[in-house]
Amino acid sequence: MAVMTILGAINHTLDQQMEKDDSIVLLGEDVGFEGGVFRVTKGLQQKYGKDRSIDTPLAEAAIIGSSVGMAMNGLKPIAEMQFSGFMFDGYNQLVSHAARMRNRSRGTYHLPMVVRMPYGGGIRALEHHSESLEVLFAHIPGLKLVIPSTPYDAKGLMAAAIADPDPVIYFEPKRLYRAFKQEVPEKDYKVDIGKARVVQKGEDITVVAWGALMPEAQKAIKLLEDENISVELIDLRTIAPWDRETVVESVKKTGRFLVVHEAYTSFGPGAEMISVINEQAFLYLEAPPTRLGGADITIPLPKGEHHFIIKPEHIAEKIKEVVKF
Amino acid sequence: MLTTKFDPLKDKMLQVLDPKGKIVDAKLEPKIDDETLVKMYETMLLGRTADTKALQYQRQGRMLTYAPIKGQEAVQVGVAAALEKQDWFVPAFREMAGMLYKGAPLKQLYLYWYGNEEGNHFDEELRILPISVPIGSQINHAAGIAYASKMQKKEEVTVAFVGDGGTSHGEFHEGVNFGAVFGLPMVTVIQNNQFAISTPRSVQSKAKNLASKAIGYGIPGIVVDGNDPLAMYIAMEEARKRAIKGDGPTLIEAMTYRLGPHTTSDDPTIYRKDEELKEWEAKDPLIRFKKYLIDKDLWSEEKDEEKIKEFTDYSNKIFKEVEATGLVPFDDVFKYHYETMPKHVEEQYKRMKEKGGE
Repeated sequence: MAVMTILGAINHTLDQQMEKDDSIVLLGEDVGFEGGVFRVTKGLQQKYGKDRSIDTPLAEAAIIGSSVGMAMNGLKPIAEMQFSGFMFDGYNQLVSHAARMRNRSRGTYHLPMVVRMPYGGGIRALEHHSESLEVLFAHIPGLKLVIPSTPYDAKGLMAAAIADPDPVIYFEPKRLYRAFKQEVPEKDYKVDIGKARVVQKGEDITVVAWGALMPEAQKAIKLLEDENISVELIDLRTIAPWDRETVVESVKKTGRFLVVHEAYTSFGPGAEMISVINEQAFLYLEAPPTRLGGADITIPLPKGEHHFIIKPEHIAEKIKEVVKF
Repeated sequence: MLTTKFDPLKDKMLQVLDPKGKIVDAKLEPKIDDETLVKMYETMLLGRTADTKALQYQRQGRMLTYAPIKGQEAVQVGVAAALEKQDWFVPAFREMAGMLYKGAPLKQLYLYWYGNEEGNHFDEELRILPISVPIGSQINHAAGIAYASKMQKKEEVTVAFVGDGGTSHGEFHEGVNFGAVFGLPMVTVIQNNQFAISTPRSVQSKAKNLASKAIGYGIPGIVVDGNDPLAMYIAMEEARKRAIKGDGPTLIEAMTYRLGPHTTSDDPTIYRKDEELKEWEAKDPLIRFKKYLIDKDLWSEEKDEEKIKEFTDYSNKIFKEVEATGLVPFDDVFKYHYETMPKHVEEQYKRMKEKGGE
């Protein structure tokens, strides 16, 4: 078993899958020769050629729109949006076409395509480089959205996304790209889309997080070591369709729920989860199901970003608040 | 090459048949066999008849919003006739005659405008994409299909349609440019029917003609008389050859005119001058093609009347079938979003089904 970062695991998986399947192509701005601005696709053009690792014109609609066409004609495109904040020119293609083609054609066409994009704040980047816009994708019928928080899941979710017969959005927590390493099996394996992972079992409260906030949630739990609070921590891994069963079962056991996300709070992913918990676990609740989301303000530029970022202390405090309700 | 002979920068336009049905330049007349010529005309006539009927059904409250093709039949049939079976046809939404020529059943075309997605459920073999409503966006699909053709060494060409209004759209630029950069086997056909709903062509671009935009992408472009099916045929035939040879895409601007409204919800009399309409009615593609075929002894006025009657009856028969069977079954609205229905959607489906979904 090799030890890898999240970034390394994605690169390794793309390589492994491309070697196995000639129909897979990578496309995006700077993904080929340079290997992407973060080097996620490094070395793949050198290995698989320019046809399969395509440096495209600077045109997000063409990147996603041509992926739609490629997927209709026998290829499995893996498109990269350089940053999720730049994907809006391609959003029309995702929402108006990628999400709808199977339904629109009543099944004549389906689109085995993946759209990768780094998301989230905390890396002191320029404007439009730090957004967490999960709901813009999770809201749309026909799309799926996954977000890994570990190298193991980064590999398994990427393999599953590539194998999926429908369009999958793959958010990459860029704050974690090189943050830590983990052992990743060499063999080809998948992490099921739609399956959450119970990171640690607990009795008093269910905490749900994903992506870049998963390590922050883990740190928060550490901070609470002396508080005698038993936390059940769940890594959601798939935002759409999310694993209602695992989360609801956990809440039925603990009676308390906190969801933590960097996405803006209002109409955020937490709102959806709390609705489902209210519908399916209301009589088990000991406290109001609660969310800790990003403030409803434009994510600030680097010198103000610390005002926005959710830190382990914030999460720990919120956990205590819910438990002591 | 036609694209150099009819240089868009010199504002030249390719024409083979003049509005009176006479060959302008014998050297340009394509050698199309009689059977194909008749099939082309019959498809244009079927398109025109089915279109007239669709408008009537809509006025009778039997059809929903419909986008008529009247006046643009030659663009579409000229292009479709120059395609091979394996070629991809990527429509916008005003290409009924071309889709008929490529093999789409009229029943499906009616079904779509009747309000049923099943109308877009074309047999995969036909290589016709579903109708695309967001303007200009389908060009990028054509680019992707053509990329896959080139990479997999499939001998096939993709043709995408867009309107004059669509050329103002960012996705027109992104798609045509993508095709040009990678030298893809694709052809973009602008149906310049002079209006985007009420907005005239002059508001879309300062360029003298739209084909000249090709120059900026480094690909050949040509202005073609879009009411001349033979000119459209040879322009497409040449573009197709170039694409198959590996010489990349072509931009064709078909000069035509929308003789009807944008859709049935539109009233063209408020923005269109009567004289202009009359001028273009005299250039009707069906009039000139019919004369050409009569001169070649392939057609007659009697046959024309006969066929119009036959196509009218056929359209009525097909539309009655659509009315009898065109409601969307409950299951259909749920089952085509993913290969496997997500659990929460399945719950919604079951709940609604119990409450009376059929």
